[in-house]
Amino acid sequence: MTETFVQEFATRAGTATAEGPEWLEPVRRAAMQRFARTGFPPARDEEWRFTPIAPIAQGSWRPATGGAGRLSRQQLEPFVFGHADWATLVFVNGVYYESFSAGGSLPPGLRVASLAETLRSDGALLESHLTRHAPVEGSPFTALNTALMREGGVVHVAAGIDLAAPVHLLFVTTAEAGGTVAHPRNLIVVERGARASLIESYVTLAPGQSYWSNPVTEVAVAAGAWVEHTRIQRESESAYHVGLTQVDQQRDSHYRSFSLAMGGALARHTLHVRLNDENVETLMYGLYVTRGDQVADNHTAIYHDRPNCRSWEVYKGILDGRSRAVFNGKVFVKPEAQKTDAKQTNRNLLLSDGARVDTKPQLEIFADDVKCTHGATVGRLDEVARFYARSRGIPAAAADRLLTYAFAAEVVAEVALAPVREELDRLVLDRLGGL
Amino acid sequence: MDVLEIKDLRASAGGKEILKGIDLTVNAGEVHAVMGPNGSGKSTLAQVLAGHPAYEVTGGSVTYRGQNLLELEPEVRAQAGVFLAFQYPVEIPGITNAYFLRAAYNEIRKARGLEEVDSMDFLDRLEEKLKIVDWEPEIMSRAVNSGFSGGEKKRNEILQMAVLEPTLAILDETDSGLDIDALRIVAAGVNKLRRPDNAIIVVTHYQRLLNYIVPDFVHVLSNGRIVKSGGKELALELEARGYEWLEDAVGAAS
Repeated sequence: MTETFVQEFATRAGTATAEGPEWLEPVRRAAMQRFARTGFPPARDEEWRFTPIAPIAQGSWRPATGGAGRLSRQQLEPFVFGHADWATLVFVNGVYYESFSAGGSLPPGLRVASLAETLRSDGALLESHLTRHAPVEGSPFTALNTALMREGGVVHVAAGIDLAAPVHLLFVTTAEAGGTVAHPRNLIVVERGARASLIESYVTLAPGQSYWSNPVTEVAVAAGAWVEHTRIQRESESAYHVGLTQVDQQRDSHYRSFSLAMGGALARHTLHVRLNDENVETLMYGLYVTRGDQVADNHTAIYHDRPNCRSWEVYKGILDGRSRAVFNGKVFVKPEAQKTDAKQTNRNLLLSDGARVDTKPQLEIFADDVKCTHGATVGRLDEVARFYARSRGIPAAAADRLLTYAFAAEVVAEVALAPVREELDRLVLDRLGGL
Repeated sequence: MDVLEIKDLRASAGGKEILKGIDLTVNAGEVHAVMGPNGSGKSTLAQVLAGHPAYEVTGGSVTYRGQNLLELEPEVRAQAGVFLAFQYPVEIPGITNAYFLRAAYNEIRKARGLEEVDSMDFLDRLEEKLKIVDWEPEIMSRAVNSGFSGGEKKRNEILQMAVLEPTLAILDETDSGLDIDALRIVAAGVNKLRRPDNAIIVVTHYQRLLNYIVPDFVHVLSNGRIVKSGGKELALELEARGYEWLEDAVGAAS
């Protein structure tokens, strides 16, 4: 399969300058060479040990080429959750569709455009950020994305701007996505003192289709900026999704992420956040809800490189059927990162006997004056809570649904922006079969 | 009219017999106090009446308003008007107090063939109930018992009782962990809920609560049996003489 990608790259190489600026070409080429050399991660690779990527590595994937011909606006409505006025970029099977996108009257200081368009028009912004945050050495999937990326969203929030409404990058697949791979590449730059909320959604109109999404999102949070980043992954339950979010934070900044994962036969999300300067705050929340034979994998890493920073992480999982979840949470604290305050929690609720969780906290602390804690739990619904609800007249099955929802709702409540929080709440409730 | 008739009730947990033959009849309009030392089986009795699955009933009968209570699921008991105020109310982060209580209220209404109420109607009804425990509506938007103080948790139990209007309320150590101000509020709440058509069983270790909720009858439980019953003055006697006096007397008699 590796050769197919090398070939695709070679075929496209001739047209590369049409697609992007000169500086990008060697970056892409190096990424391709790297992928050609490493191939997909072998089973013995510690980073991928619990992630069954064989169906991706052994699959045969054509490049996704859009195909929104029969798509109507109404079909997209459920995914924009009633906020058609938010700046929204819509990508269908890997291709940007301006006709479905919204945001004609963007507030001053906000630029939202597709990657392909930005590659043609704003090389300067891209040159200082694109591929500068997510290293191709990080993973073969990132290398492949870097080599073959064509589309994605580029969001730039100018210094001091306070965005009232979120920006939504919406990736939709349709039946035509069957057997294809897309490598969406997003770049989000929030300049000094700005405040922004972003939503990144991966959704499908073809719940049974098998396809592969390989997105990479780079986020640059400048000094004093505040960013809320919500990621909604609702791919087809027969699809594969391997995504990376790579964040760089500067002094006095606040970055909070919420990662909801409900789709995919195999869905992995890697979230890496580097705290590059002092007084940075990072909040990472996650919720995965799986059933059937789904595998949900979350790998997170927080790099405490500088002193006086705080990171707070809570990932929760609800597993049914024979589904599996993997959680790996790394916290690296450099020797100079004194007064680091880091807390990591992973809690899993098993609804069936067949579900399984592999959870691994990994703390590497080289500073001595820090406060770092972690904890992981895997369990069932609390019998006492169940009896409490029943003793109030709530039937057993409803009590179970209520307590399962409560387990999820506790982490959803951490989303700051109300309309986003309410939508997540609705999605989770739908998925759990209501109350 | 009998609300509750317990006959020779025996129950065990983990193979160990805890209730060893309880007899107790409670009529409408009455308040019964069940007292006893730690480990006497007071809380077990309360939990068995509410249907806690950890206990196995091994003998005897419990008749509630003419029905065999023991064959009913816990939720059906609640729908029929049985309410247990927990000694340790459960925290449910993620669900608001308002949502939880409305869900319970509606399930009980549904079971009785009444129409469910929406959240606006419910909040209207809640207003007067909140006054019973001297509370502001803000408490309803907090998660169920989550981060509540000991006093707030017990007050919340009484608020639930006020909303669900049980025919039989069992208060399990409702006084434990309360300071005197919280105790007064909780007890005053319970007193406002006393009616000729309902009955209350107050399970407590200490006489203190009974200064505020004055019982019609007092029963002393020891080693899984009721060893003495009397009027409210029995509680004062226990306070003065301790439980050992009774346990010794029972030991000597048997």
